[in-house]
Amino acid sequence: MITLADQLLVLVLLINFILLGTSRLFFSIRAVAVQGVLLGILPGLIHPFSWHLVGITIVIIAVKGFVIPQLLGRAVRSAEIKREAEPFVGYVATLLLGALFTAFSFGFAGRLPMLPEHQNYMFVPASIATLMAGFLILTTRRKVISQVIGYLVLDNGIFIFGLLLAEAMPIMVEAGALLDLLVGTFVMGIVINQINREFSSLDTSLLTSLKEE
Amino acid sequence: MYFALQGALDPALVALSAALLIGCAGVPGLFLRKPGPGQIIAAAGTILAAFAGVPSSLLLLYSHTTTTYLLEWGLPFGPCELVIDPLSAFFLLPVFLVSAAGSLFAVGYWPAAEHRTTERGLTFFYGLLASSMALLLMARNGVFFIMVWEVMALSAYFLLVTEHEREDVRRAGIVYLIATHTGTAALVVYFSLLASQTGSFLLPAAGSLSAFSSTASLIVLTAFVGFGAKAGIMPFHIWLPSAHANAPSHVSAVMSGVMLKMGMYGLFRTLTYFYEPPFLWGAVLTVCGITSALLGIAFAVAQHDLKRLLACSSIENIGIITTGLGVALLGVSSHNNTLVYLGMAGALLHILNHSFFKPLLFLGSGAIIHAVGTRDMNLMGGLGKSMPRVTLLFLVGSVAICGIPPLNGFVSEFLLYLGLFRQLEAVSLTYLVFLAPLLALVGGLAVVAFTKLFGSVFLGTPRSTVAPHFHEAGVTMLLPMFFFALLCLLIGVAPQIALRLVSPAIEFIYPQLVSPSITAGYGDLLGRLSLSGVLLIAAAALVTLFWKWRLGKVPVSATPTWGCGYQRVTARMQYGGAAFSELAVSVFNGILRQRIERPTIAGLFPVAAHCSDQPTETFLERVISPLFALTGIAFAFLRRLQNGLMHMYVLYIFATLFILMLWAH
Repeated sequence: MITLADQLLVLVLLINFILLGTSRLFFSIRAVAVQGVLLGILPGLIHPFSWHLVGITIVIIAVKGFVIPQLLGRAVRSAEIKREAEPFVGYVATLLLGALFTAFSFGFAGRLPMLPEHQNYMFVPASIATLMAGFLILTTRRKVISQVIGYLVLDNGIFIFGLLLAEAMPIMVEAGALLDLLVGTFVMGIVINQINREFSSLDTSLLTSLKEE
Repeated sequence: MYFALQGALDPALVALSAALLIGCAGVPGLFLRKPGPGQIIAAAGTILAAFAGVPSSLLLLYSHTTTTYLLEWGLPFGPCELVIDPLSAFFLLPVFLVSAAGSLFAVGYWPAAEHRTTERGLTFFYGLLASSMALLLMARNGVFFIMVWEVMALSAYFLLVTEHEREDVRRAGIVYLIATHTGTAALVVYFSLLASQTGSFLLPAAGSLSAFSSTASLIVLTAFVGFGAKAGIMPFHIWLPSAHANAPSHVSAVMSGVMLKMGMYGLFRTLTYFYEPPFLWGAVLTVCGITSALLGIAFAVAQHDLKRLLACSSIENIGIITTGLGVALLGVSSHNNTLVYLGMAGALLHILNHSFFKPLLFLGSGAIIHAVGTRDMNLMGGLGKSMPRVTLLFLVGSVAICGIPPLNGFVSEFLLYLGLFRQLEAVSLTYLVFLAPLLALVGGLAVVAFTKLFGSVFLGTPRSTVAPHFHEAGVTMLLPMFFFALLCLLIGVAPQIALRLVSPAIEFIYPQLVSPSITAGYGDLLGRLSLSGVLLIAAAALVTLFWKWRLGKVPVSATPTWGCGYQRVTARMQYGGAAFSELAVSVFNGILRQRIERPTIAGLFPVAAHCSDQPTETFLERVISPLFALTGIAFAFLRRLQNGLMHMYVLYIFATLFILMLWAH
């Protein structure tokens, strides 16, 4: 089962590159949804069966794979934008940076003082790499939708790390994490609407005009 | 309260509930749509809390008990103890008394109907401030202490900027915020050092730490900076005058009467940890104290803003308290029990006294400002005729603060003088006697300052025609003032009672040094003082009666105060406050200056001219302000970091994370 988990994690990493390299927003949203579904399957692969686990898997897949992408898709449709035009850093450069950070995270994870039973798995490097991909998206893209996607990827990275740490995650912690994500997306949705109405655009770099001199 | 007195209910629990009740008193007002009832509910709640809290504090003080509660707070900083010992109980008294009186005063002074937008916040934060101060006195966990301390500091900030539409208020707020957070920074270091010394965040028990280690000196130094900044001991006083002057008056009363004392409480508490304190600590406290007293009152003399004058006099009083504490510490170091007892008694009693007469004066200034509409004493005058009751009460406060018998200010200073003069017989530290003339100089300058205040506000004729509708203060404003005046007189006439209030706290701090016989001995001495006070009052009453009787026999005619035979007297032909204080201030030339801009008068018929005076503080102008300007230039690059680009902010987080990851290996 562990090897299957590792293969899924490779898929997660590949999805990171898709997100870093594409300019089409609908495509990004779908990719993030797939990543969410993959993450939903992961706990079932590494922990022994329990009804509690089934519940968690269903909720994670529902929220990460369907509810949030649905919300984002609606926002994109209502804002009538299709592409992320002129990011701060170009797509090729972002991809290269992403590759660099992924390599770095593998190197870094190898030197972390970990328990022997965790030593050989890809959880930690995948988690750090996904986290950094999220950061990259957050820093290089202009549109609010892309920002939300970056935020989701960042959260996915943290989620992978959490899989490793908690053998039996208390349900409250998971519920808290999911709620956090959902609320965060809602807030972002409100922000998207407000920015769109105020500036007639979804470009977050226009927010500088709010700065106090 | 009655249950508490019967002992059926734990007085400590009553005090704790009272503290929490004050904090919640302002909450209903936040949700009521109609302005007015919320304020009255808050005042009623606060007064009720005082009725419960004061007797229980007294009971705790007299019974010499220490009650401990454990707060289940679930934070990883160890157990959180709430303890009321005699020292806490002593400091709780002014918290309850002043906050209750101030909340009643607010009903007349800051009526909700006239201040719809600000009253809710003011009432709420007022309760929060008083409640946090009461909890602060009970907190025995360093982290909890810092939390409550911050609640106190921030609610005071929000109270201070109540009139935030005014530029000077906002400036005063920022200066206060910087000062208080500098102090908090020192306190964080202080509690960390304490925790490293004891191994837990619980504050150490009395006399449990050795003073002869480098950590001990560092602990006391950070305490001096952190608590001293709150108390306004020089050189940490710069925030104090503008903050106290710009807050609403009942808030100034609480800030000056109680909040400064929280800084003093911190110092007292810190010094209890150590046995055998070195000479240096006492010496530093004494020098800083007497400097604060002397310069504070000199600043007060130079002011022409009514509330700034009162605020500067707070620096003076804090200075006197610090001197008392320093002298007591020197006594501990030199094993001189008389000095310890008299220094401590003087300092603690002055804390209590100052929390009676300073709120009285600040509330009085509120009543004056409410009537006149300005804080500038150069524009006042003649209020004695239109508001006789406020005048009388203000006079009581002024006499008390100058340390003139038979009022309470005299008693605490008397104890201090007694301690200093006893040094003539002592084997060591005889030179402490020289503090006595300095203290006398402080008292003299206080008389100058308050003569200036009283003369230019209440005597003469009104100087300005801006606000002609002078009116006597309402009953909600007069009642709290009357209450404080009564307390001032009570302690002045019966000082032995006050000594019994102070003694438990001293016995708690230095149980091995203070014996009941010392207390009884000085009680007798103060009893004789009380007799002379009564005689003095009787003589004053007799003279007044005689004067009234003489007045009744002769015809009385009314003329302008400064008539002096002029044909056409105007209100501006009066002796002003600036001229009165000019000479006294000129002695301190170099440290402070009363900058008077005089017109040159030439010819037989001079043209209209203007004269103004502005007190300036050299230390602030030459050292602190340039220092801040320099810091501003040095840190200008930080403003470029805040560029408003969300992406850049995320990048900062990312970069920090990345650097930390690299640094870990």
